[in-house]
Amino acid sequence: MEALFGKTLEELKIVAAENGLPGFTAKQMAQWLYTKGVSDIDDMTNLSKDARDRLKEKYIIGRVAPSKVQASVDGTKKYLYPAQKGLFIEAAYIPEKERHTLCISSQIGCKMGCLFCMTGKQGFQGQLTAGEIVNQVISLPESDQLTNIVYMGMGEPMDNVENVLKSLEIFTSDWGMGWSPRRFNVSTIGVEPAMRRFIEESDAHLAISLHTPFNEERKKLMPIEQVYPIEEVIDSLKEYDFGRQRRISFEYIMFDGVNDTPAHVKGLTKLLNGIRCRINLIRFHPIPDSPLRGSSDEKIKWFSDQLNRKGLTTTIRRSRGEDIYAACGLLSTKNMLKEDTEKDY
Amino acid sequence: MPQRKQKELFPAKVLTKEEISPGVFTLCTERTFDFIPGQVVAVALTADEEPRLYSIASGNNTGHIRILFDINPAGSLTPRLAQLNPGDELMMSEPFGRFLGTKDPAWWIATGTGVAPFISMSESGLIQNKKLIHGARTPKEFWFSEHFSSSLDDNYVRFATRETAPGIRSGRLTQWLKEQNNLPNNIKYYLCGNANMVVDVRDILVNKGIPYDNIIAEIYF
Repeated sequence: MEALFGKTLEELKIVAAENGLPGFTAKQMAQWLYTKGVSDIDDMTNLSKDARDRLKEKYIIGRVAPSKVQASVDGTKKYLYPAQKGLFIEAAYIPEKERHTLCISSQIGCKMGCLFCMTGKQGFQGQLTAGEIVNQVISLPESDQLTNIVYMGMGEPMDNVENVLKSLEIFTSDWGMGWSPRRFNVSTIGVEPAMRRFIEESDAHLAISLHTPFNEERKKLMPIEQVYPIEEVIDSLKEYDFGRQRRISFEYIMFDGVNDTPAHVKGLTKLLNGIRCRINLIRFHPIPDSPLRGSSDEKIKWFSDQLNRKGLTTTIRRSRGEDIYAACGLLSTKNMLKEDTEKDY
Repeated sequence: MPQRKQKELFPAKVLTKEEISPGVFTLCTERTFDFIPGQVVAVALTADEEPRLYSIASGNNTGHIRILFDINPAGSLTPRLAQLNPGDELMMSEPFGRFLGTKDPAWWIATGTGVAPFISMSESGLIQNKKLIHGARTPKEFWFSEHFSSSLDDNYVRFATRETAPGIRSGRLTQWLKEQNNLPNNIKYYLCGNANMVVDVRDILVNKGIPYDNIIAEIYF
């Protein structure tokens, strides 16, 4: 059985046509799926009984409730969602006074192998469908309270750009959930071709995982630098007019003695010259076997002050959910994977 | 908004195509650009489709560019690449990328078609002072093994996880690495292959005391 959840209006029109249903049924289905949140085709009560019966022969709704939740002392909650092939993904709900943010996953695992990331250590198990991405939001118990969605959970969103764009279409279209694209922030390590597509086909905010302005250093932290060097990524950003409303930010995890020196202040100033942006300084949350250590709070404050003096806007991101491994870079479902007996290494 | 700029693609004529083992091919095209061993090219069949990246798997002293690929049945490109014949055209970018070979001593560690950049480095005269550790499922998957065997001798170490054969170790290269003491920590380790291999091997090397500065990884995605 195929899931209806995750289909765009165009795809629902095809479903309607293929099953001999009137064209307007597509919009009705979209409303039931994304506005009214039904979990059973029989609940789509403005569709005829015959139409519902026909749909039930081939389709299910396909929404999945989280199977586990862990709560942090700071109020952050980490939700575990079942995904395809018996695999799992995580999403982190981060409530604050004014903002209630959900950090969602775009892949099961990740191919990018960044040295500092727990998801990277899991390797790659699969692409999430648009339905599996949207489901993390709609099936969240606190869904009604959400103000912001960040694509910063498991996976590299630009390595699954087709489904990420489709999910954004569902989130932001009038026929879908009708949320403003400014409520969404999508991160990337700089997969340039897909990033360009995202910039052109979406209005959501963009966050670039930067972590150092220097190529040789970045190559050792982030293998993507071998093929898409950061200065080329920045140059491509400069080709676009992001307007006043759309935001570009740079994520910068601070590693003690590695990327927190005066030379890095200078390098960042030079690299980001001419881009209206914000730099988010992030405490490193140590992961097993990592050769990296986090900068001290004093060092982060010093680094922030130095960048501010150079005219760059910075924020120091508060760590949330570290005690339940929900903080930045810690999401992983590696311990739930079965040993792959087919692997070649 | 400007028109989306991808890597510019140029027509390249296919010179040869060979199925070197079931579902695995080498494809040689005429060479119109210089490259540095270890670089990649973006490849597509038409100018308006999304290209995919392939490591160059040939020396920089020949008149062709060779790529090595296996068919991804769900993929949009490799099944069609496998259908090409000599004289057909495909679209290829200028070589790019910074996973570059040098003459310095190094260990090369690869699985599957991740051996491609090391073929290029080797055929470009950068094989002295190197050790190649290659992992695969079966002995048939050690492509270019004659070349590596003759050039590297004992420094060509192969691991097959499912079958064994003379000269090929049975088991996992990760297990072998874990059992090694005194891995040289003043040389570079070049890793190329799927993400799962790269992150596992990198963790093992770091745990063995290899500075992460000395580990250079290229991941296929």
